[in-house]
Amino acid sequence: MKNDLEKRTGIPAPLISRRKFIRAAGATGVAGIFSPGLAPISAQGSAMTAAQFVLPTATKDVTPFKIQIPQEALDDLNRRLASTRWPERETVGDWSQGVPLQKAQALIAYWRDKYNWRRFEARLNAFPQYRTEIDGLGIHFIHVRSPHRNALPLILTHGWPGSVVEFMEIIGPLSDPTRYGGRAEDAFHIVVPSLPGFAFSDKPVETGWDVNRIARAWATLMQLLDYDRWVAQGGDWGAGVTHALAHQRPQGLIAAHVNWQFIFPEKLPDSPTPAERRAIDRASWFASDQSGYFREHATRPQTIGYPLADSAAGQALWIYEKFQAWTDNHGNPEDALAVDAMLDNISLYWFTDAAASSARIYWENTRAGFGGLSRGRIELPMAASVFPHEIFCPPKAWAEALWPNLFYWNELDKGGHFAAFEQPKLFTEELRKAFRSRRA
Amino acid sequence: MKDDLEHRAEVAVPDTSRRKFIRAAGATGVAGIFSRGLAPISAHGSAMEAAQFVLPKATKEVTPFKVHVPQAALDDLKEKLANARWPDKETVTDWSQGVPLAKAQALVEYWRTRYDWRLVESTLNGLPQFRTQIDGLGIYFIHVRSKHENALPILLTHGWPGSILEFMQVIEPLVDPTAHGGKADEAFHVVIPSLPGFGFSDKPAEPGWRLSRIANAWAVLMARLGYSHYVAQGGDWGAGVTSWMARQRPSGLAAIHLNLPVLFPPPPPPPGGYTAEEQLTLAELGKYASDAMGYASIQGTRPQTLGYGLADSPVGQAMWIYEKFQAWSDNKGDPAEAISVDRMLDDITLYWLTDTAASSARLYYESFAKDFARMPLELPVAVSIFKGDFFTPPKVWGDETYSKLFYWNEVPKGGHFAALEQPELFVAELRKSFAQIR
Repeated sequence: MKNDLEKRTGIPAPLISRRKFIRAAGATGVAGIFSPGLAPISAQGSAMTAAQFVLPTATKDVTPFKIQIPQEALDDLNRRLASTRWPERETVGDWSQGVPLQKAQALIAYWRDKYNWRRFEARLNAFPQYRTEIDGLGIHFIHVRSPHRNALPLILTHGWPGSVVEFMEIIGPLSDPTRYGGRAEDAFHIVVPSLPGFAFSDKPVETGWDVNRIARAWATLMQLLDYDRWVAQGGDWGAGVTHALAHQRPQGLIAAHVNWQFIFPEKLPDSPTPAERRAIDRASWFASDQSGYFREHATRPQTIGYPLADSAAGQALWIYEKFQAWTDNHGNPEDALAVDAMLDNISLYWFTDAAASSARIYWENTRAGFGGLSRGRIELPMAASVFPHEIFCPPKAWAEALWPNLFYWNELDKGGHFAAFEQPKLFTEELRKAFRSRRA
Repeated sequence: MKDDLEHRAEVAVPDTSRRKFIRAAGATGVAGIFSRGLAPISAHGSAMEAAQFVLPKATKEVTPFKVHVPQAALDDLKEKLANARWPDKETVTDWSQGVPLAKAQALVEYWRTRYDWRLVESTLNGLPQFRTQIDGLGIYFIHVRSKHENALPILLTHGWPGSILEFMQVIEPLVDPTAHGGKADEAFHVVIPSLPGFGFSDKPAEPGWRLSRIANAWAVLMARLGYSHYVAQGGDWGAGVTSWMARQRPSGLAAIHLNLPVLFPPPPPPPGGYTAEEQLTLAELGKYASDAMGYASIQGTRPQTLGYGLADSPVGQAMWIYEKFQAWSDNKGDPAEAISVDRMLDDITLYWLTDTAASSARLYYESFAKDFARMPLELPVAVSIFKGDFFTPPKVWGDETYSKLFYWNEVPKGGHFAALEQPELFVAELRKSFAQIR
């Protein structure tokens, strides 16, 4: 059995057959292009084969991983962007029918002419990344150990249309606080996985990967990394997974923090307070105006996958719309997130062909009954940061009713759904403050 | 004021002389290719300009129209299909996550290598086609007069993801019944428009083209064609438009026929509860709302966002429609049991070539949430329920909603795309029902 150090850094395997070659490629930390002869099954005669990005098969070893998107894939993306065929413009003067044509064309032109994937690839590869097989699926994760020995292990889970990208700016400050104006006592060991079907994790080939199964996989991951006392954090589907972890209470999990709180009373109050009224109205607004994408993902993830897998512009705008709708901005997503950062995230979806597989998380969880706004009563010690432009902000009283061990609640005045992405400093501070009381 | 991003994108500026060129082309009645220099606004340097299909500007005249899709557009389609990039396979063994990958790839392969658009283009050009401007919008329609002078004029309205192509097989039997097993007194003059934002009609540039406005425009159309006594027929959105015409009661409209009536139980529930038959339909509605309404939800709220992927990917556009051919037609699992692959691709290719993904979705934005409410009607109504459709309301709801329900029949074969799936049965329904109206 590999020791602590080997698990965390990986040891190359001998080069013998293709399977071992793949393991070796994984072990040397480079995932990349395979020749057409070794390419995975794809549409007969598809010219796409050479440009596809293929993940090395994961094993139960924790294998170092680096991204190297084939140049053919970058060239193919540029060709597609250059030949985008556009619909006519919207008939309204705002975003109420979706991304306005002018904004869409501007984003695509920037992606095609100015955006630099390799810069992002290098930034991501500067983090220690790994893949390991858990419950039959290869899971990608960033793992940064703090230089401070008593750091608290923390697993951060992203959602849709997010990714590990959302956390890149906070990994350093959380794991090495003294370098970023913080205190050693606030240090964390950081684990940031990609959800099944997202980015560099495998895409499930069978049903069943709902938030409960993901939570169990995350608990296994923390155990694999030898953490026996740890905390979990999440937003969006990451909050779904984190609430599931809280319910499961795996060995080692001592507390959880969420920036979207799945709290909704079973019976609506007869005379809601203003805060309750706001929350009820937001939930209603989400259901009536905001959830078209949700219903399509939840019922026909494969069908919506076809345009998004084949059209880079389509994939980009499907995501860009949410950067406008769900961030704390003055009308434009660029008020809240840098264009390059948004395109980092979008490019990740594009290069890993994750449109359908990421949509499937909605299908899985709707089937399992986890598509709603409430996860009920949670005994595990819970912490919450409520960002004002989150889709749904429950009042503290609702949390107190369902979370008997609520130990941290803070309502901020800046930030939205992509909290860590939009407000890395604030978010970092929130996690430091929240978990101070949980340190041994 | 441009933000930083737009400054860097350098979006092209329109060429004002283009409009004059289009008017000239319009007068000759031919829509076709335009040179690169006159191409519409597009992303800087887009190669798509030469392949775009542009409609001639409509006037209040009824102007003959023929379809001539540039070869460059057909070549571009094939090239895009050859470079299709696919998602991973569904994790189920049926259609419960959408179109299965194997079916999708097979359809695209057929489309790329065997399908011939020029066949249906030629069929269309063998029919009298026109465009005319109504309420500021160019409306395309087919208009075939019967040789029988006393034929009953009928207006047939399609829905989504349908088109005028759904009616290709019923035109001749309706117009020339004696050559198709019918009698002279069963003849119809046929008018088949494309909805605003669909097919060869213009795409509205302003909001407001909801069902009531379309119904109004249809009444203007029939008046412009000189019809003072006529009937209207529709399914899907066509049923919505037709119902609104019945509600508006334009001069000349004598009766309507619906193959997907907009029927819901009148509130409140009956004291004894709903009958078994009603409960079945309520279950159909429940299932539609919980499992099959995703497409309507996104089209009804974000048609523009959805439109980007569908306008840019013919594979995407095809599957968005193909899924409904499977879900809504009368089949045992494979849509080709109900509709031939060529007919499905005729329809899909029409959406693709006319770039109508977003504009057709906009009808949902305008009307899906607002204009499909239960609508009591006083005008005479005929209903044919094709049992393979996804919504088959019971006659008692028709009795409670239409004060002059003069015909109700349940047809055992055929589904949502009734005229396309079962042209003979569809024609029979119109002959039988409207015999009472002549």
